[in-house]
Amino acid sequence: MFRYAVRRLIFAVPTLLVISFIIFALLDLAPSDPTAQLPLTIPEEVREMIKLSLGLGEPFHIRYVRWLEQFLVNEPLNLIETYWDVRIGDSEQRLRVRSWSTRAPVIDLIAERLPQTLMVVGVSYMVAILIAVPIGVVSAYRQYSIFDQVGTFISMVGFSVPTFFTGTVLIVIFSVMLGWLPSIYDTTHVVEDFDSFIVQVKQMIMPVMVLGLFNAAQLSRFMRSSMLDNLNQEYVRTARAKGMTEPVVVLIHVLRNSMIPVITVIALGLPATFAGAIITEQIFRINGVGQLLIGAIESADIPTVQTVTFIFAILIVMFNLVADLLYGMLDPRIRYD
Amino acid sequence: MKRSVLIPLAAAMMFASAAHAERGSDGELKILYWQAPSILNPFLSGGTKDIHASSLIIEPLAHYDTDGNLVPTLAEEIPTVGNGGVSADLRTITWKLKQGVVWSDGSPFTAHDVVFTADYCLHPEGGCNAAERFQDVESVEALDDHTVKITFGVAKPFPYGPFVGSEVPVFQKAQYQDCMGAKAPECTEQNFGTIGTGPFKVREFRPNDVVLYEMNENYRIPGKPHFSSVLLKGGGDAVSAARAVLETGEFDYAWNLQVEPEILSTMESAGKGEVLSAFGTSVERLMVQLTNPDKTLGDKRATYQNGNNPHPFLSDPAVRRALSMAIDRQILVDAGYGPAGRVTCNVLPAPAIYASKANDWCKTQNIEGANKLLDDAGWEHGSDGVRAKDGVRLSILYQTSTNSVRQGTQALIKQMWQEIGVETELRNISASVFFGGDQSSPDTFQKFFADIEMYTNNFNGTDPENYMLRWTCDKMPSPETQWIGQNMPRYCSAQYDELASELSQTAELKDRARIAKQMNDMLIDYGAMIPLIHRGGVAARANSLGGGAYPNVWDATPWNIQDWHRK
Amino acid sequence: MTDALAPERAAARHRSLWLDVWLQFRTHRGALVGVVVFGLIVVGVLFGPLIHDVDPQYLDYKSKNQGMSWAHPMGTDNLGRDMFAQVLAGGRTSLAVGVTAMALSLTLGTFVGVMAGFFRPLEGPLMRFTDLFLALPILPLLLVIIMLFRDPLRTAFGPEIGIFILIVFVIGITSWMQTARIVRGEVLAIKEREFVLAARSIGTRPHRIILRHLFPNVLSPIMVSATLGVAQAIITESALSFLGLGFPSDFPTWGRLLYDGVPFLNLTPDRVIWPGLAISLTVLSVNYMGDGLRDALDPRIRGR
Repeated sequence: MFRYAVRRLIFAVPTLLVISFIIFALLDLAPSDPTAQLPLTIPEEVREMIKLSLGLGEPFHIRYVRWLEQFLVNEPLNLIETYWDVRIGDSEQRLRVRSWSTRAPVIDLIAERLPQTLMVVGVSYMVAILIAVPIGVVSAYRQYSIFDQVGTFISMVGFSVPTFFTGTVLIVIFSVMLGWLPSIYDTTHVVEDFDSFIVQVKQMIMPVMVLGLFNAAQLSRFMRSSMLDNLNQEYVRTARAKGMTEPVVVLIHVLRNSMIPVITVIALGLPATFAGAIITEQIFRINGVGQLLIGAIESADIPTVQTVTFIFAILIVMFNLVADLLYGMLDPRIRYD
Repeated sequence: MKRSVLIPLAAAMMFASAAHAERGSDGELKILYWQAPSILNPFLSGGTKDIHASSLIIEPLAHYDTDGNLVPTLAEEIPTVGNGGVSADLRTITWKLKQGVVWSDGSPFTAHDVVFTADYCLHPEGGCNAAERFQDVESVEALDDHTVKITFGVAKPFPYGPFVGSEVPVFQKAQYQDCMGAKAPECTEQNFGTIGTGPFKVREFRPNDVVLYEMNENYRIPGKPHFSSVLLKGGGDAVSAARAVLETGEFDYAWNLQVEPEILSTMESAGKGEVLSAFGTSVERLMVQLTNPDKTLGDKRATYQNGNNPHPFLSDPAVRRALSMAIDRQILVDAGYGPAGRVTCNVLPAPAIYASKANDWCKTQNIEGANKLLDDAGWEHGSDGVRAKDGVRLSILYQTSTNSVRQGTQALIKQMWQEIGVETELRNISASVFFGGDQSSPDTFQKFFADIEMYTNNFNGTDPENYMLRWTCDKMPSPETQWIGQNMPRYCSAQYDELASELSQTAELKDRARIAKQMNDMLIDYGAMIPLIHRGGVAARANSLGGGAYPNVWDATPWNIQDWHRK
Repeated sequence: MTDALAPERAAARHRSLWLDVWLQFRTHRGALVGVVVFGLIVVGVLFGPLIHDVDPQYLDYKSKNQGMSWAHPMGTDNLGRDMFAQVLAGGRTSLAVGVTAMALSLTLGTFVGVMAGFFRPLEGPLMRFTDLFLALPILPLLLVIIMLFRDPLRTAFGPEIGIFILIVFVIGITSWMQTARIVRGEVLAIKEREFVLAARSIGTRPHRIILRHLFPNVLSPIMVSATLGVAQAIITESALSFLGLGFPSDFPTWGRLLYDGVPFLNLTPDRVIWPGLAISLTVLSVNYMGDGLRDALDPRIRGR
């Protein structure tokens, strides 16, 4: 197991390099232009100057190598410097990865946005798991009962309705008609006491619910189908025959085995909590990482897109590894060595 | 020496304290922009949102008011030939600066800051967005601490390019002197926390999300601004921005609401705010491809080739005229724009002295006339209802950027053209590609590999010279010019070019207006462009907000934010 | 019961696998309802336009923003287009996109998953390949694909079929990864089971093992992926329209109708109710069909 993990980690390095190259090449090929958002009153000659000042005059491979150096060497060094308050080499001259639209270091932008994303998307993911697992278990255990039917119905409706629709409907009901909840997420709000905590909860309810229900719908389907597979296995019959109580059989034996594929799905979904939820963040104006990414794509801010997607790629590779290791730990039938 | 600096400072502070009770008495102002500001340095971004967001902090020498008149801001008065501020040969302009103005950090504002700002923008490695405003500027010099002289290389009938309007504000030399040229983008601290002379200063800035401002205690006008802080939130979409002001009342002002009119009027009926509109120079127009965009032409695709590459059917003036006649512009306005649009037949619709009336035939739809025109020109209906002549079918590829209002307009026009036997294929392209100018993309508006394309264009300020010069022969995009140029229709007329050079040499406003009108009429009459809608800026304002909060199409909307107050 | 009768009885009992599956499927009430509803939707969008013969693109500008009426059973939109005709026309596209894209992504996902799970040397490269796709930024990828291939496809197949192929392809190749991972996980577990070992020990060829023994056992997660996949494809298509990368604006799909209708929620709720209902009903019925199919395919349930 340990050797497997190490081997995978070593293998991850070239994989990530290839990924970073492909992302960079894709972005370079894509026809978006960083000056597209400027007003048309700015003449092309000035636009060309702006592009040159962004470093777009350099050939492709030089820009790629420069980005690699900035991301893999300069940024970590900068992180160490600010964290331990030391000075390594000539830190004044060291170039960081800078966004084209804000001209600020991309890592700082991400750091500024990560709390909101983790807060909203993370909580919604937890909510989704908390809803999905019990529903999946009960639906499978009482297959074709009223509970199962209603649960299936609601989760499929939840899944089939896009978040841009549910979000707007919730805003119209709870913000416009009832006036209970704010329609815009106040990112400058600071939680200091109980009242401000309530405000924070209020502004989180709608986005968390929209995202949570969407994810829960998907997860509960996987949970239910996995439970069904296991409930019909021989070991369940054996356990019952041995006189184990029903809760022990279902909640310990079956649930444990059924969680194996579900955990893969959950682990694979975790990096997405970093990337945020583009549409939900947009609707409620949460300044999360998803909004950063979509904004950067719209304005062709290539350094930002490149960095965000690459961090996303690292997380995906890591969480895939975690999922595989969990798989091996939970399921003794799977052997990696 | 020290004393002389301190005296105006003390005077300013006395003023400030005298009226202190009133300054900032109205609490927080909440503004919503659905595009979020990404930087507070307008020279490095140039997106409208960033110019607006920084206009609360830094000021130019003069602003345009909501009617397009020049009003002095940091200048004592507007220099003209009459008051001697502009030299008789139109090559220099001398600005007198207001006395006693200080930056928000308390240091005095002088002519040296103005000179520095020009150097900062004109640095060749800086990539300054406002560089065009300094066109033909030979030198900017400080005659004394409060006098700036700008010298142009040529006679400038309209010398109000540099330092007029929120695109070209004055930066503080002390803050930005280490940020010249290639260093400019690295000055994140400065670019996010610009120091200015305006009514507000930055308290917190989160790029692409929110700006928090607090009032500038050193602001030169006593008792202003009325609000103690401003929250400028960005992001989301236009519909929900309108909703936050008009229906939920969470915000006081929302900017640029291009939303279907019935949605706005439904929201307005909630009674919490009102929809405002103002008209500048923006015109939504169809560009007509006069050269052949056929893909088989290779390098010659959509290029002029000295007139040897005409479009298969749009080169026929009857077709161009018929396409324009068949459009019911009022329906386009009602369906997509409402208060934000009016019918126009000109590409130069404003200011009033420039607006031509010669093309008003286009204001009413004339299907019969259009059909007759095509019949007479020999375009016969085919078996599928599409007109054709000599095997050339009137089948149009009509492209624009992605935007729900534009797609609605496309659908309406497609149907109107169907009535005169013209077939239309619609295409929409993501705005970041369409307006992007990427050399490798076939979908940019400069390459124009289609028959018709639609977008809005306008000009800054009130002088149309640069705008009208866009349709001269040498402004045609082509592979030789890396597809740079704004003459999308590839219109080329010797007479037009002559008028253009005449315009740049004429100083008298009345004559300038006559020439510009004549140029506009030539373009419309020829059918190089088919104007559709004169577009206004639309905003939503809460009922409780007073003090001249109104969309300003000539300048940044917050240009007079010091006057805004709570009713 | 004599021995002579035994072979005959055995022959009678030897029904084909698929007949067995059908018999089991029939007993699943939800699945039958799903088949009926899905069938109705398919028949409706295929033959509905013959009865309700209003041109979905005709702009009757004078009767815009109307509610339900006999002339316009689902009302009209803000440009006066008939919503019912649009929902019918949109259904053809949405269903075609949903089903084709799902089939493509499922085929790819299952293939990669089985290969990676079964053939040890392939596992590393294939799973890293999957990671690669999971990690790619979808939006720029779409921009590039559309830039590179739209014009060639447009000239080869015409504007509508061309963009259809493009969108199905784009959705298909960006959504197979999860299926691949799940299938691989299942295969890894199953290939250690006794019956696979037994088959292997008697020298069964790998492709026989995969088709006969592995495949039927991974069908159930594949079915779940498939039912979710149809919904996902329909919704992804609406997101594409939203970004301006989808079908041309005069080419309705359910997702696009829903997206266009959302701002009009207060004014003409019909504009979101009907397309939303159409999507939900389709997804639900496909899901129930999938449930029934899954049960019917499971040999442990079948014959109980």
